Amino acid sequence: MDLSSRRGVDLFVIFCVFLSLLYGSRAEVPSRPTASVTILPPIKPDNGPQPYPEEEKSNLPVFTMNYSRIQIPFEITLWMLLASFAKIGFHVYPKITFWVPESCLLVSIGLIVGGIMYSVHEKPPAVLTSNVFFLYMLPPIVLDSGYFMPTRPFFENVGTVLWFAVVGTLWNSIGIGMSLFAICQIEAFGVQDINLQENLLFATIISAVDPVAVLSVFEDVSVNEQLYIVVFGECLFNDAVTVVLYSMFSFVTEMPVVEPVDVFLGVARFLVVGLGGMGFGVLFGFVAAFTTRFTSKVREIEPLFIFMYSYLAYLVAELFAISSIMAIVCCALTMKYYVEENVSQRSCTTIRHVVKMLGAISETLIFFFLGVVTITTEHEWNWGYILFTLLFAFIWRGLGILVLTQIINPFRTIPFNTKDQFGMAYGGLRGAISFALAFTLPDNIGRKHLFVTATIVIILFTVFLQGISIRPLIEFINVRRTNRKTDTINIEIHTRLMEHTMAGIEDLCGQWSHYYWKDKFMKFNNRILRRILLRDNRAESSIVALYKKLELQNAIEILDTASGDISAAPSIISLQEEKKNSTKPKKKFLAADLKNMHDILSKNMYKIRERTVSYTSKHALPNDNQRREILIRRHSSIRRSLRPGSFQTRQIVPKSQKYFSLPPGESLNSRFPPTRQSSADAQETMSEVAYPGRRSRFGNRSSSGAMMPLHRLGTLKEVSSVDFLNESERGSTGRGSQSRPQSLRHHLSADDNNGLVDEMRIRQVEEEEEEEERPQASQPPAWAAEPRDETPQNPLLRRPQWNEKK
Amino acid sequence: MGSRASTLLREEEIEEIKKETGFSHSQITRLYSRFTSLDKGENGTLSREDFQRIPELAINPLGDRIINAFFPDGEDQVNFRGFMRTLAHFRPVEDNEKNKNLSNTEPLNSRTNKLHFAFQLYDLDRDDKISRDELLQVLRMMVGVNISDEQLGSIADRTIQEADTNGDGCISFTEFIKVLEKVDVEQKMSIRFLH
Repeated sequence: MDLSSRRGVDLFVIFCVFLSLLYGSRAEVPSRPTASVTILPPIKPDNGPQPYPEEEKSNLPVFTMNYSRIQIPFEITLWMLLASFAKIGFHVYPKITFWVPESCLLVSIGLIVGGIMYSVHEKPPAVLTSNVFFLYMLPPIVLDSGYFMPTRPFFENVGTVLWFAVVGTLWNSIGIGMSLFAICQIEAFGVQDINLQENLLFATIISAVDPVAVLSVFEDVSVNEQLYIVVFGECLFNDAVTVVLYSMFSFVTEMPVVEPVDVFLGVARFLVVGLGGMGFGVLFGFVAAFTTRFTSKVREIEPLFIFMYSYLAYLVAELFAISSIMAIVCCALTMKYYVEENVSQRSCTTIRHVVKMLGAISETLIFFFLGVVTITTEHEWNWGYILFTLLFAFIWRGLGILVLTQIINPFRTIPFNTKDQFGMAYGGLRGAISFALAFTLPDNIGRKHLFVTATIVIILFTVFLQGISIRPLIEFINVRRTNRKTDTINIEIHTRLMEHTMAGIEDLCGQWSHYYWKDKFMKFNNRILRRILLRDNRAESSIVALYKKLELQNAIEILDTASGDISAAPSIISLQEEKKNSTKPKKKFLAADLKNMHDILSKNMYKIRERTVSYTSKHALPNDNQRREILIRRHSSIRRSLRPGSFQTRQIVPKSQKYFSLPPGESLNSRFPPTRQSSADAQETMSEVAYPGRRSRFGNRSSSGAMMPLHRLGTLKEVSSVDFLNESERGSTGRGSQSRPQSLRHHLSADDNNGLVDEMRIRQVEEEEEEEERPQASQPPAWAAEPRDETPQNPLLRRPQWNEKK
Repeated sequence: MGSRASTLLREEEIEEIKKETGFSHSQITRLYSRFTSLDKGENGTLSREDFQRIPELAINPLGDRIINAFFPDGEDQVNFRGFMRTLAHFRPVEDNEKNKNLSNTEPLNSRTNKLHFAFQLYDLDRDDKISRDELLQVLRMMVGVNISDEQLGSIADRTIQEADTNGDGCISFTEFIKVLEKVDVEQKMSIRFLH
């Protein structure tokens, strides 16, 4: 395996070199005259006799080459491919990506390619103009961050996030700027010509932190959710703040004299820019949501609306010179909630994938170019300035975090301790934004090259040094507390049980407060916004929304491919039999066995509250495997407990077997007295913002068409939801309700939306509508539970769908 | 919502809960508003479905067990007193216990009571013993799909072996306490309730 992977890497490197050489050679072509339509390559002989240069060739050329026509798209594509190959190549050695953040690797490859290009005396492509970066490369990255921001934790911490982003960036810029200005006064460094404004401008550029690499480390080490979301949010918003400050300061550098009124104007402008950006974003978000209300007939282009509207928000904000980053982030946040309810499942997936893809490619390209440009650009080196820049960047960041945390901690429900602060301070890597801003500095700044060099040095330093060392540091700090060696298996299992319990109790208590505003907003949301913006405005169910998110179809695949039988009930049954003759001789456990057990447990026990982690890996789509497994297991256990077999043998089977999710003994009937719930209230306790819910109105949903096709899926897998739906559907048609089969067939021809979740929703709606008519039934048949009325939201506790009237 | 909540909860009740559980006045009010927001039927009690509606509990591996712990045996509804009584287990242990008048009965958030709560998450049939199957069930809930039953069985066997001192093949509550004596249960099983 090693040998082949190494060969793979070699091949890959050779291929990259080849590509870049190819590119390099191609780049010479544009210098040729492009007037003629065909360019005859010098190597190939002409088909006819060599004409005099003035004569026009009359024969039809068999082979022509016209590079200039395709030059720009071709080069862009080649660069993108090259950067993407680099990304593939990194995963050849998984250990590399574990220890070295991806940004480092990209920069290194960029350096290599830059070196090659430099050696063949090529210039890098002129893509790093201000326009190209800000109009094409930055929006996808920001859209990616905004779209995948976990809204609920974010809004709970919005104060802290904004505090760190805004005030922190200001603190950093002004601090670094002032100190550098002080340094400039020292004659020995020879940088006296840099005035205060330019220093401030430069300081703004380098104070934009980009902890992308750190986020993945945090995720692996499972730092607490608070720290995570604050770092994530800070990263996002200080981009906005930096850009605002940058434009402000660059404007200011043009001016010869700064007056106090300008400072006030600056602050006012800052507010206008920030709030205006948010306003525009929210506006466009609402318009987008409204549009998707009507797109049920044009599902193929639904994703397009998302992208176009967010991009439009960005551009319009740029038009008015307000913060386009804020605009696009707010647009994405607003849009996401409503749009994900309106569009089909497929569109939803497409949108997510494309957003991720665009963001990833932009980021990759930027880091890649960073490496290339480092080699090929003109540098101006000044030891003093650059070293002091590094020093001050560190100092001010650390100080800033310290001071700001002290101030904000009393207002926080969970204050930050020193470890958190260290993580935040050390995680202040610089990245793409700094680079782009430095590169696009106006040329009238005298020391532009010095600034570019210093920025590049800082970025490289932080990305490489801090990026690589943060993981061991964080683990070192964390590991101190737990001493793994002396843990017995008991302790490991029981402590994990306790952790899960505590997570559950915390969620139950709804520890993160601000309930009052949230309730108000949700009421407003329900009464007004949802009516306008959603196609089908019904009560949400977060459980069904969870199912939607988890894409149960994939979950069924898990069931299929999982080795062994994950539905534990059968194994428990077999254990029951074992129990009867459980006088086994005591097993001897070797030390190796123990170690295996510890390994197995630590690798496979579910992490606490994976929901945070699932959002936060910047380069991956949210990973929902754990949730899927848990939900499927519960689902199948409920189903199993409702089978007639289990009912009959209820007395035989000991209680401990029967109970998975239900207390022993009683049937579901008695548990659920039929009370109708008002749909409006149904969502107050749920994390509605994070989990857009279901639509349960059956009537005008056009996406239920796929219900029928599910029949054709054939094999009724024991624990699959497909099975469940098939049976329930059969049950429904067997019920003899007239409206149902007709409406089912009516929707046969509907479009492609086939999310299983939609089926669940429809299930529930059917039940809802049915419940009013039917009395309770008695005998549960073999198939799965159907949703009951007062728990329309919880498919796990649905009452069985039986053929009553028997 | 907030104002409605406080009018429904009488002062005497708050005092009683305070004495019984040790929560502060503001904590009780806050938790009451949470209770009412969970209570969809608005009948002053919570049923299991109300709990199940909390999405995070649905994806908590032990969600159902936790919910079940709120309902004393056989009952379907829990009122606010019961709710608080269960939550009181998770109050942090203070060094200076102000309510010394309860010194004859152990406070709900003592170490033993916390451990008892955890014990009861395993022990469904309430026979004060964690049998191998009960242990296996919980293990299965906490572990991903990649573990085979045999592996899980060995882990369970090992667990029982480590803990079982009287050789009955089950873990009793005293054995449970003993096994966890080195663990900082007070800190692990406490949450900071907001004021």
